[in-house]
Amino acid sequence: METQAITDPRILIVVPCFNEEAAIATVVREINQVKLQFNLRLDILVVNDCSTDSSMAVIRGLNCLYLDLPVNLGIGGAMQAGYKYAYRNGYDIAVQMDGDGQHPANELIKILRPMVEGRGDVIIGSRFLEKAGFQSTALRRIGINYFRRLNFMLIRRAIYDSTSGFRAFNRRTLKIVNTYYPDEYPEPESIVQFGLYNLRIVEVPVTMRERQGGVSSINTGRAVYYMLKVTLGILFVYIRLFNKRVNLTN
Amino acid sequence: MASLSITIQIISLLGAAIFMIMIFRLIVQGRLREEYSIIWILCTVILIVFAIWRKGLEQISLLLGVYYPPSLIFLAAIFAIIVFLVHLSVVNSKLQNQIKDLSHEMAMMKKELSDIRAGMPILEANAAVAVHEK
Repeated sequence: METQAITDPRILIVVPCFNEEAAIATVVREINQVKLQFNLRLDILVVNDCSTDSSMAVIRGLNCLYLDLPVNLGIGGAMQAGYKYAYRNGYDIAVQMDGDGQHPANELIKILRPMVEGRGDVIIGSRFLEKAGFQSTALRRIGINYFRRLNFMLIRRAIYDSTSGFRAFNRRTLKIVNTYYPDEYPEPESIVQFGLYNLRIVEVPVTMRERQGGVSSINTGRAVYYMLKVTLGILFVYIRLFNKRVNLTN
Repeated sequence: MASLSITIQIISLLGAAIFMIMIFRLIVQGRLREEYSIIWILCTVILIVFAIWRKGLEQISLLLGVYYPPSLIFLAAIFAIIVFLVHLSVVNSKLQNQIKDLSHEMAMMKKELSDIRAGMPILEANAAVAVHEK
């Protein structure tokens, strides 16, 4: 795969939203500010994953595009809807930014730059490369370290923040994600998927904030289930794709 | 002893027949798809066979070296149930995937519809790009 810079890219920011009535307006407004500041060809697509609060009413009043899912699909299903939209409508780059305000819009450029320069197919914003900003809780970092080791074991690449949802895909990646993207906790599993498709994964340091409202999809009670589910997901996606690997890389 | 055996034979035949009728009714009413009914019809046939062929269970048990014939029934039944449950999980997973795809399509169509109503141009040229790249 040649390193090719993308000139004047069309960018879609996908913002998954499940009960984020408190934060979503600020998230969209901040992205729009960055758009004006850097004069980007950028659209915002909020994917409402069947919120039970007034998120949908808030979203309708914002300066953004939106998809309103008829049933709750979970973060992976919601993101895939956004990626499908990006792929079908010819966007060059799709970026995931959470609806809870964890991913500050002024860090967006850091993610976009290596993508526009054509240095990677998947750009992941990482909290841990420069230990600045919100670092997540100790328990979660243990989990994140575990995923890093597991991923390294399987695809021989060290991704320091494998649970980071702050990531950008180019069209090559979008084409893959258009056909398959994990449902429930997609971030660590999709890294293995991308590794096996031989995509170039680049991590860049970003600063994250603590969530500005709403609740995390992972609470302590679900932590064990999360680890188990994601481990299984990673192992099976590895086995499934490993057999096809020769075809995939061509 | 012989009369007891006849009674249980009649009861199991009756039970199997009622079960079979139930399955047929469900299919006729369109509440059970044919592909899922096959296994139930098969089960009923087996029930009927063993209800008529009384020595059968004993003979098969002896053949397999099972000393207590009823335990063979439990073994076979539990095995069949587990296999069927796995089958249901597979069906369930498939349904879930289909629902996900349908939801995606529906969300996008809802958006397209509201765009059209708002008089926005449809991004047909872009859609063509995506198709071309496939």
